[in-house]
Amino acid sequence: MAETAGYNIDLPPAMIEGATAIADWTLVWPVALPLFGAAVLLMARKHPHVQAPLALAVIAAVIASCVTLMLRIADTGPVAMTMGNWLPPFGISFTADMLSALFAVTSSVLALVVLLFAQSEIEPREVRYGFHQFLLLLLAGINGSFLTGDLFNLYVWFEVMLIASFGLLVIGGRRIQLDGAVKYGFLNFIGTTIFLMAVGLLYGTLGTLNMADIAVNASRADPTTLTAIAALFLLGFGIKAAAFPVNAWLPASYHTPDPAVSALFAGLLTKVGVYALIRVLVALLPAMRIELDMVIAILAIGTLLLAPLGALAETNLRRALGFIVIGGIGAMFAGIAMSVTTSSGNALAGEGGGIGGAAVYAVHSMMTMTAFYLTAGLVERMTGTTDTRYMGGLYGANAPVSILFIVLAFSASGLPPFLGFWPKLTLVRAGLDAAEYWLVAALLVNAFLTTIACARLWSHIFWRNGREADQTEQPNDRLKPLSARALRWGLAPTIVLVLAIVGLGLWPSALIEYGRLAGVGITAPDAYIEAVGLAGGAQ
Amino acid sequence: MNTVIFRTIAPYLVALMMVFSVFVLLRGHNEPGGGFIGGLIAASALAMYGIASGVSAVRKAIVFHPLSVAGFGVLLASLAGFASLFAEVPFLMGLWATITLPDGTEVAISTPLFFDIGVYLVVLGVLATVALALEEDDRSL
Amino acid sequence: MEHALAALCGVFFTVSIYMLLSRSLIRMLLGITILGNGVNLMIFTVGRLTREVPPIVPDGLVQPATDIANPLPQALILTAIVIGFALFSFLLVLTYRAYEELDADNTDTMRLAEPENPPSPPLSY
Repeated sequence: MAETAGYNIDLPPAMIEGATAIADWTLVWPVALPLFGAAVLLMARKHPHVQAPLALAVIAAVIASCVTLMLRIADTGPVAMTMGNWLPPFGISFTADMLSALFAVTSSVLALVVLLFAQSEIEPREVRYGFHQFLLLLLAGINGSFLTGDLFNLYVWFEVMLIASFGLLVIGGRRIQLDGAVKYGFLNFIGTTIFLMAVGLLYGTLGTLNMADIAVNASRADPTTLTAIAALFLLGFGIKAAAFPVNAWLPASYHTPDPAVSALFAGLLTKVGVYALIRVLVALLPAMRIELDMVIAILAIGTLLLAPLGALAETNLRRALGFIVIGGIGAMFAGIAMSVTTSSGNALAGEGGGIGGAAVYAVHSMMTMTAFYLTAGLVERMTGTTDTRYMGGLYGANAPVSILFIVLAFSASGLPPFLGFWPKLTLVRAGLDAAEYWLVAALLVNAFLTTIACARLWSHIFWRNGREADQTEQPNDRLKPLSARALRWGLAPTIVLVLAIVGLGLWPSALIEYGRLAGVGITAPDAYIEAVGLAGGAQ
Repeated sequence: MNTVIFRTIAPYLVALMMVFSVFVLLRGHNEPGGGFIGGLIAASALAMYGIASGVSAVRKAIVFHPLSVAGFGVLLASLAGFASLFAEVPFLMGLWATITLPDGTEVAISTPLFFDIGVYLVVLGVLATVALALEEDDRSL
Repeated sequence: MEHALAALCGVFFTVSIYMLLSRSLIRMLLGITILGNGVNLMIFTVGRLTREVPPIVPDGLVQPATDIANPLPQALILTAIVIGFALFSFLLVLTYRAYEELDADNTDTMRLAEPENPPSPPLSY
């Protein structure tokens, strides 16, 4: 580079110096490995028997990488890697704090469970159309969304996720899937376009898209403009998260694909919207979140109260569960709406406020709703129908499934000692500390209504002898036992997942501690900014 | 559309377009061009060949299924990113090596080049899949 | 110039929202395309409009000789166009398949996933 000497260019201030440790690569593996695996599987399309083992190996490696990352973050704080070593706002960073790592671990583990469950029902045709490739691509999109430190990059991962989910949604090609996919596709596309709009306006206002850089510079811009942009983010992510009143796409589409696919969607996709909302509104634009507090609180209360009513009125099993997913989104929104200061003005930042509760709730909701949809898949397979009125009598036919269902019902409604109880407790306590009594009341009413909805589902499907109306007392003679394949690949992974939920409910302290760390990391993002290398930029 | 003139000229035009697409791909590092636009040109060449000589002729000519080509492109691009693992720099950081040929010409080989070739193959593979599927569909109507 | 382009963005959004409110899937598709183009135009506009040369460093130099246009919005728009195109093609194929299989272009008649007269909730228990 002799010729550069003639020009006076001072590069070092724009570059990150020093070597990148191999350990930092744990940030990249959760995204790069699934992409890599999807590419290999695409080339091995003609060999259907290698697909599942290869996908399994890739996801296992991703889990190992995510867990290493999470333990490291718990130990030493956020980790960042900036592509090409160009300092923000030039380079694209991958940055992970506790919230990202916690969500990435959970979603990778759930992808593994769903992959195993899928082996119980997948048809050779669906393997040929690329089920495993789409699954890995979806995982790459989800992990990318969690780990990226750049807003436009977040948009790109959202779209990767969206394309992969389109593929999974229509695989199988039943008519009802097409109907569901049309509604899912249009509304989610509009949601991401609104998100893109907000990203563009934020770039125009601040001149940067790096998240840490935005957090540093947000206070310098006109607050009115930023509030409008934050409202656009709220709308875009609200659509992705299926919050009331823009939740219509979820109950219209989640019950249409195969149970494994709908379990994956119910567990993971909406939580990516919640994650992005927490990241943008609480960590990057905290002043704007305070402006929008009231709006978020109203959305949260509406979602909390109306979703379980939808579940009560529904006779389609997986549609009813879809409404319970939405109810959980309301609880997470309540956590976001809670102020991080107490009524007396003391900062709750050390506790993470409602954010810690929302993070733990998201982990609980991912696990519980995935397991719930998987169990619903087993129920549908045994009864041969999707309508809860015609199920009936399953308790006598298969007691283990009924136990799984009731455990998940209690966990989803937040009854102790199951997993759902602890995040609700954290949220209620944070709400009482912050004097947000309406939110607390809505949370409790939601728990009550969800209990009724879930208990009714259980008593209709399992407790009642036979089918609806005059045949109620006659045994249901249409039940089919599970096949050996369904027992090994379907029931076994579900039982393991439910055992994990029970275990986390009995020993929740580690999860709650990680949630608290996540909340602290989000409400006080100094360490996050420092990890990217911008500490000197903060003024 | 499918006239004698077109059918006669198409193979030559296709060859020219393929060469041009590689030229655009290699030119792309410092000047306008690159893998994306090169892949587009190559895919349109294949589509044109499909119109002129039939889809089965194209499939025979490119040997691999276009989707496998796209998969290989993703693989190549991510391998180009992984190369920086061994140089203690971040993912996707550009690494350069200069090779001197026997006659003294210096050729710069870099990971961005392989990344760009990967992009070229992805775009070529995906668009060729779509174009060939559409042309096949046309025939069946 | 910014004002004119901002007004044009407004027109794009108006048209797209009008199209999206239609019940016909084809019109909604057009609306989505126009919405995407409106957003791209908006990103272009908020990236500042200048009469500068393209951001390409001439041969033999290591930095541009004159002021250059901001390349980032263009990169963002290029990415957004490619992604938007992919999603649009998917939705187009999906709409076509839905038209073939469900025999419907009208969202009001697409009621497979959400039956029109849902059964009343179970009354026992």
